[in-house]
Amino acid sequence: MPQIRLQNLIKRYGHVEVLHGIDLNMAENEFTVLVGPSGCGKSTTLRMIAGLETVSDGEIFFGDQPVGHLEPKDRGLAMVFQDYALYPHMDVAHNISFALRLQKRPKEEIKAKVKEVAEIVGLTDYLQRKPGALSGGQRQRVAMARALAKDSDIFLFDEPLSNLDAKLRGQMRAELAIMRHRVQKNMIYVTHDQIEAMTLADRIVVMSDGYIQQQGSPEELFKHPANKFVAGFLGSPPMNFLDSELIDLEDTLYAAGEGFRIAIPADKAHALRQSDNAVTLGIRPSDLSYAPDAPPGLGLDLEVIVSEYVGAQSVLLCVCGQANVTVELKSETPIALGETLRFAVRPEGIHLFDRKTGTAL
Amino acid sequence: MRAQTLNRATPYMFMAPAAIIMAIALLYPLGYMIYGSFRDWNPSQSIGESEFVGLKNYITLFFDPAFRESLSVTLTFAFAVVVAEMVIGVGLALLLDRNIRGMSVLRTLFILPMMIAPVVVGLMWRYMYHPTVGTFNTTLKSWGFDGIDWLGQNALLSVIIADVWQWTPFIFILALAALQSLPRSALEAARIDGATAWQQIIHIKLPLMMPVLIVTGLLRLIDAFKVLEVILVMTEGGPGLSTEIVALRISRTATEFRELGVAAAMSNYLLMLLLLLTVAMFAITRLQEARAQRAARQIQED
Repeated sequence: MPQIRLQNLIKRYGHVEVLHGIDLNMAENEFTVLVGPSGCGKSTTLRMIAGLETVSDGEIFFGDQPVGHLEPKDRGLAMVFQDYALYPHMDVAHNISFALRLQKRPKEEIKAKVKEVAEIVGLTDYLQRKPGALSGGQRQRVAMARALAKDSDIFLFDEPLSNLDAKLRGQMRAELAIMRHRVQKNMIYVTHDQIEAMTLADRIVVMSDGYIQQQGSPEELFKHPANKFVAGFLGSPPMNFLDSELIDLEDTLYAAGEGFRIAIPADKAHALRQSDNAVTLGIRPSDLSYAPDAPPGLGLDLEVIVSEYVGAQSVLLCVCGQANVTVELKSETPIALGETLRFAVRPEGIHLFDRKTGTAL
Repeated sequence: MRAQTLNRATPYMFMAPAAIIMAIALLYPLGYMIYGSFRDWNPSQSIGESEFVGLKNYITLFFDPAFRESLSVTLTFAFAVVVAEMVIGVGLALLLDRNIRGMSVLRTLFILPMMIAPVVVGLMWRYMYHPTVGTFNTTLKSWGFDGIDWLGQNALLSVIIADVWQWTPFIFILALAALQSLPRSALEAARIDGATAWQQIIHIKLPLMMPVLIVTGLLRLIDAFKVLEVILVMTEGGPGLSTEIVALRISRTATEFRELGVAAAMSNYLLMLLLLLTVAMFAITRLQEARAQRAARQIQED
């Protein structure tokens, strides 16, 4: 199974460049998720790997072999599409076996293969049905089965779950995670849903505006986002951002803004002393906790506007000066709306970004 | 009570004008024709004076070699043009279903023949087929070949070519529309599954276009059975009976042979044939709808 390598991959439509030199290495059997907002170039990148879009510049390697000029069929990959892309006039069995039939494999082998993958995705009872007589989730399974039947080394997924309703999406996500461990292949998965990215990926590649913003393991990206975009994109509810200035008081460095002053842990402070004073303070909603007795330098005073009860957790929408701040708490915490309360910040949860460039400091 | 009656009558009142026009313009002549087909009727007589002969006209026609000949010419013509037009029209659509510069101009040019009046088409082709001064033969001769006796020896082929020229665009635009409404991603999936361009056409494009193509083909077939002007202008059915299609024979039976009853019976034979095709067309659309409904039911049953 080859490793996949993108080298300075560029895509232009006419004079408009939409991908600006993507460099990416995907290790053997790695599950890579390309994630980003609409129009960030993630689908284009995937389609170029598939061969459905031409490569304007740069090269794609499967192992040592450049494949940028090859037709999709010669790249030996399987793909699952957002709208399933089933063949409407063929029944499920024929949909699954289409690639094998084109390869003129023996009938017995095809039959056995169809049976095998139908069992994996739980479609055994539906083999004679046409796609029109299947529900969205079942169609999605057919698309998976069709990809599995090909025995390809590389699997591509183009937002495969985004046409499903929320409940089914959660279920299919779990099934994908299970399948992902049974089938050891190179998988590249495109989504705009950061939860899918976090739960499925070995490696997340966050993209925006045709650039890679950051890549790494989900944990790495969540804990150490390289810039404000990545910090705000991963995690739900998203990270809070507060404009602040760095001030040095009695050997402690503080990030201070309208109505707050947060002490920065000593290990981070040393490097920060050299940088620009205008920063953005980033705190995840889950890194805030209700602490009425916290000393002023370790907490934020927030006015609670709305409390969204979501079961075990509650999400509080609060105001700090001009800025909105979200807090995620256990539901049993006694909170009254309209009050101004103190919330402590977990010291490891303090992120600082250069206000101009957005780069993490 | 009165108001309720009026309410119930409203839809019928709205439909009445259309129904009356249909009755006058369609049902009355049709009934007249069916009535006339059972009589020995000369144009100088009023229909009341004519003699009732029962099925005699139909029986005579059934055994009339000239009518059989013209029926077989019609069938040959209709199937030949429809097959040729389908093959060329769909082929062109498959070729031109892509983004090439100037494609919209090209498409407009392709559908021009369809917009020309049939009589003009007939005149145009008659001129082009002319044995000595026609475009084809002068061109052939200037290249050193012998001229071809277009409207003589090869009359049926010549009218078929003219009809194909005029009506291929019809198939072409409908096939192109069908092609462009195919699901893009299914074709992309086929490319990834390893289908060559040719295999995509055979296994994906044509089967998915088939519902549209069948209806289009039947529509053309119905039309081809009724063709009159182009052939009338080009050959008048000749030489001999070689291009005398049924529509032309009907018109000649009524005007030249002055046998209105026989002409009416002939029209009825043609009508029955066309009715058969129309019913086939409806049956196919119904079948497709039923299939879609069954699929929808299956989803609900799960």
